[in-house]
Amino acid sequence: MYNFEYKKAGSVDEAAGIVGADDEAKLLAGGMTYIPTLKQRLAAPTTVVDIGGIGGLDGIAVDGNGVTIGAMARHAAVAASTDVAAAIPALADLASHIGDPQVRNRGTLGGSVANNDPAADYPAALVGLGATVQTNKRTIAADEFFTGLFETALGQDEVVTSVSFPRAGKAAYMKFPNPASRYAIVGVFAAQAADGVRVAVTGAGPCVFRVGEMEAALAANWSADSVANIKVSADGMNEDIHASAEYRAHLVTVMAKRAVAKAG
Amino acid sequence: MTEQGIGAAVARREDRRFVTGQGHYTDDINRRGQTHACFVRSPHAHATLNGVDTEAAGAMPGVRGIFVGEDMAEVGPLICGWAITDVNGEPHRAPPHPALAIGKVNFVGDAVAVVIADTLEQAKDAAAAVEVDYGILDAVVDPATAAADGQIQIHETAPGNLSYEWAIGDRAAIDAAFEGAAHVTSLEFANNRLVPNAMEPRACIAEYEDGTGDYTLYLTSQNPHVHRLVMSAFHGLAPEHKLRVVAPDVGGGFGSKIFIYAEEVVLTWASRHVGRPIKWTAERTESFLTDCHGRDHVTEAELALDGDGKFLAMRVNTIANMGAYLSTFASAVPTYLYATLLAGQYTTGGIYCNVKAVFTNTVPVDAYRGAGRPEAAYVVERLVEAAAAETGRDPAELRKINFVPSDAFPYETPVVMQYDCGDFSGSMDQALDLAGYSGFQARRAESKAGGKLRGIGFSSYIEACGVAPSAAVGSLGAGVGLWESANVRFNPTGNVQLFTGCHSHGQGHETAFAQIVADKLGVPYEQVEVIHGDSAKIPFGMGTYGSRSAAVGGSAIVKAADKVIEKGRKIAAHALEASEDDIEFAGGNFTVTGTDKAMNIAEVAFTAYVPHNYPEGLEPGLDETAFYDPLNFSFPAGTHICEVEIDPETGSVSIEKYAAVDDFGVLINPLIVEGQVHGGIGQGVGQAMLEHAVYDGDGQLISGSYMDYTMPRADDVPSYDVGFNGVPSPLNPLGVKGCGEAGAIAAPAAVMNAVHDALREVGVSHIEMPATPLRVWQAIQDAA
Ligand SMILES: Cc1cc2nc3c(=O)[nH]c(=O)nc-3n(C[C@H](O)[C@H](O)[C@H](O)COP(=O)(O)OP(=O)(O)OC[C@H]3O[C@@H](n4cnc5c(N)ncnc54)[C@H](O)[C@@H]3O)c2cc1C
Repeated sequence: MYNFEYKKAGSVDEAAGIVGADDEAKLLAGGMTYIPTLKQRLAAPTTVVDIGGIGGLDGIAVDGNGVTIGAMARHAAVAASTDVAAAIPALADLASHIGDPQVRNRGTLGGSVANNDPAADYPAALVGLGATVQTNKRTIAADEFFTGLFETALGQDEVVTSVSFPRAGKAAYMKFPNPASRYAIVGVFAAQAADGVRVAVTGAGPCVFRVGEMEAALAANWSADSVANIKVSADGMNEDIHASAEYRAHLVTVMAKRAVAKAG
Repeated sequence: MTEQGIGAAVARREDRRFVTGQGHYTDDINRRGQTHACFVRSPHAHATLNGVDTEAAGAMPGVRGIFVGEDMAEVGPLICGWAITDVNGEPHRAPPHPALAIGKVNFVGDAVAVVIADTLEQAKDAAAAVEVDYGILDAVVDPATAAADGQIQIHETAPGNLSYEWAIGDRAAIDAAFEGAAHVTSLEFANNRLVPNAMEPRACIAEYEDGTGDYTLYLTSQNPHVHRLVMSAFHGLAPEHKLRVVAPDVGGGFGSKIFIYAEEVVLTWASRHVGRPIKWTAERTESFLTDCHGRDHVTEAELALDGDGKFLAMRVNTIANMGAYLSTFASAVPTYLYATLLAGQYTTGGIYCNVKAVFTNTVPVDAYRGAGRPEAAYVVERLVEAAAAETGRDPAELRKINFVPSDAFPYETPVVMQYDCGDFSGSMDQALDLAGYSGFQARRAESKAGGKLRGIGFSSYIEACGVAPSAAVGSLGAGVGLWESANVRFNPTGNVQLFTGCHSHGQGHETAFAQIVADKLGVPYEQVEVIHGDSAKIPFGMGTYGSRSAAVGGSAIVKAADKVIEKGRKIAAHALEASEDDIEFAGGNFTVTGTDKAMNIAEVAFTAYVPHNYPEGLEPGLDETAFYDPLNFSFPAGTHICEVEIDPETGSVSIEKYAAVDDFGVLINPLIVEGQVHGGIGQGVGQAMLEHAVYDGDGQLISGSYMDYTMPRADDVPSYDVGFNGVPSPLNPLGVKGCGEAGAIAAPAAVMNAVHDALREVGVSHIEMPATPLRVWQAIQDAA
């Protein structure tokens, strides 16, 4: 680690003010991604602003429209929430498959979406359910939020405060984990979302994406068979020692099929 | 058997401190005035060192010293301790391996300079400021082509990137046997390269005391005396009596902590130059890059069978990747620990094996749990299983008709081993039972109905433990003897300290060795303390590796205990006013035969230290040391049967059943043995399905972290069905054989044979380890 200033923010405005005034300042939530980055000297921030002490950022609230989860809510809390399980079971299920117990007890929803790792799970849920991201400045639709590889629509002075997930009809997430990291090689969230059928894919490409052809087929007929023969192109898919682009493209179809089957 | 003697399933006494975080590892030790080292490492696999500028770094805060290769030229290069004689009668080529690179770097992670500073952060800051001018060269990475014509040369003294070409067996006779064969099975495969991944990374603290001229080295070592010997005799860092090596609690080794590495040599040398203790603890990335890796063979193997399925001959050509330099025992692994095991459990008529050991621009490869024997078992058991499939025979039956029969021991193999004893068919039958072999076809049909492929695979492995005897290994090129020492020291109050030359880094010696002493001397188990790992305390010992500790170290304990009994007999005879010949020893009591006159061993010990009424001329004290040089290797063997189910849509393989029946001879502690079997199989499953050290064409380690290197997790391995079929070894006083590596030796072939069996149905005939989902899926696509 390089030396940096550590500040524990008392409010979202204070945190936003610090990172807004200094391009080299950085927010810290659960630290599961950022602390290893610091330890390996891959980042040299001037100031690290810990938002973990800000009250009220880790709530989970359910109403008629859906579930609103605070940015500091840990994956384990979402996975264990009976409210989430009752309102959107697929979301609780997704959270329960992130990383390992240690990661789930530290890692946060806000950190995960702000980081936008191409292999992270939450982006599939946000896009698959048509969620909205609330920041200290505005609300951003999930479709506009994830803009590219580790890129989001967030500005430097923006802090994610919560994410609202609308209720859905049938929905499920299927993840084919990377054998080493257990992040998603391919994860597919298929849902009869509030605004229509959505099929969101994470892990396969540089950023979460939707598969229009599958959405249309499922809208016409919600069944695993509807997507079983819809292939996605391997062009532009990620490649590494664990999965070729072709394999990932193939897994998109398999996981989509299994997600629909799991959703019932 | 007493309650806590040999054969008792005593819970490990060391576990309390380990599982409650109270172990004392090297990194837990802090010395007064301690400084910290950070190594400047090459980011290139192959480059000339045109210059190292340390000026700016040297002026940074807290820096006490920066050293490069030339500064410590007097220390000499790291050595390889086993000299192989090649096919031309020439010694192997072992190009110089300076602890800090001189003139050239040869793998990513090769140490170029060391920075020593007051804090670790200061050392890291200064290391980042060291400017190295590299002349980047193309890298040699693939072992299969490393020795090819026109290849880039890594070392001037190793033409063709070849350390040696070595062979065993009569080539012409074997070729002739193949001519007459009814069937020949031929396979080509790799034995995948692995990263050892001990839970505790390598670490050391070196300290020089100016007042006395003594050095102390705290080190993650499996063999502290071997470290001391090499660092004294070859590097001249300090004479042996002025160098104390302490290996405290060590969190796993798997072979990787046998070797003499650059870091401990550099720190010991530098501690005198900076006049302060220096600490270095590898970060996980350094472990990936600089711990010696394991395996990495490319092999062509053939098995010739007659019309009845009897094995006539075997022919094997192997290229073994040594990495950039020849590590401490690297040369012995693909030769005497590999080719000599190619007979397996079978009466194969003749065997020829040729091994080319090549250099590449990768971290050195050396012994890793099993060391050569997993590679051998994989060759033999893959061949046998493929032969069974090709000739339409049941794989269990084909094995049985070729097993060395139980009445044929001692059995001389065509590859210079003499097996002492065994019951190969018995273990097979027991394993078939445990595995529910007769129900397999029904389970396969059930899987098929669910769209899954099911396969079963066997591995009837044999291995050789406790490398020995010293004279024999010496004649084969070993630079050391391979005996072991033990010192049984009674205290006046009757309790015992056992000092052993073995080193426990996960094996449970503190428990098992105490059981041996308790059993042999009738002392309560709680009253026996086991001390190891400190060259200032223990007798010279060779350490722990190659599943040698029970067979060799345990035997030394028995010998020392026998000496205690002999002396105790004299003391008791005197006190009981009987003739020495009339004294019997049993259950901790010296008794005059046919009487109830007796003296407990604790009383004898007290008498030995307070010799008021004592035999004339006998030395006081009850403190006996023994050195034991084994007569031969021991040969654990058994049959493992694995059953897998494959999801053809994703390529995922899941292990559904795993049965293991092993002959380890006498079990000292079945609980510990079962744990070793579980751990070993876990590592074998890791090799077969998950683990792979992958370098890219530039020699960069792509699988250099746990994000990409797949360690087995709890849900990757099944519940094991473990059984034992022990035939006590007649060659050592305990009748033990060694159990530490068997699982890792047996499992890869068992798993891969099951995977091949499952995939045969969809036309796949070949798949390499690790059988990852990607590979399995790709193989199915390619076959379709
Ligand atoms: C071993 C391991 C396994 C993992 N496996 C998985 C997995 O299977 N699936 C998966 O999805 N993830 C996985 N993760 C990632 C995990 O979910 C992380 O917790 C997550 O990516 C980041 O969350 P965090 O709270 O730890 O964020 P931090 O590490 O604290 O921060 C990450 C980034 O987000 C920024 N940030 C944090 N909070 C906010 C906010 N409220 N507003 C704006 N910016 C913010 C930070 O500045 C930083 O750049 C794994 C991580 C580890 C270490």
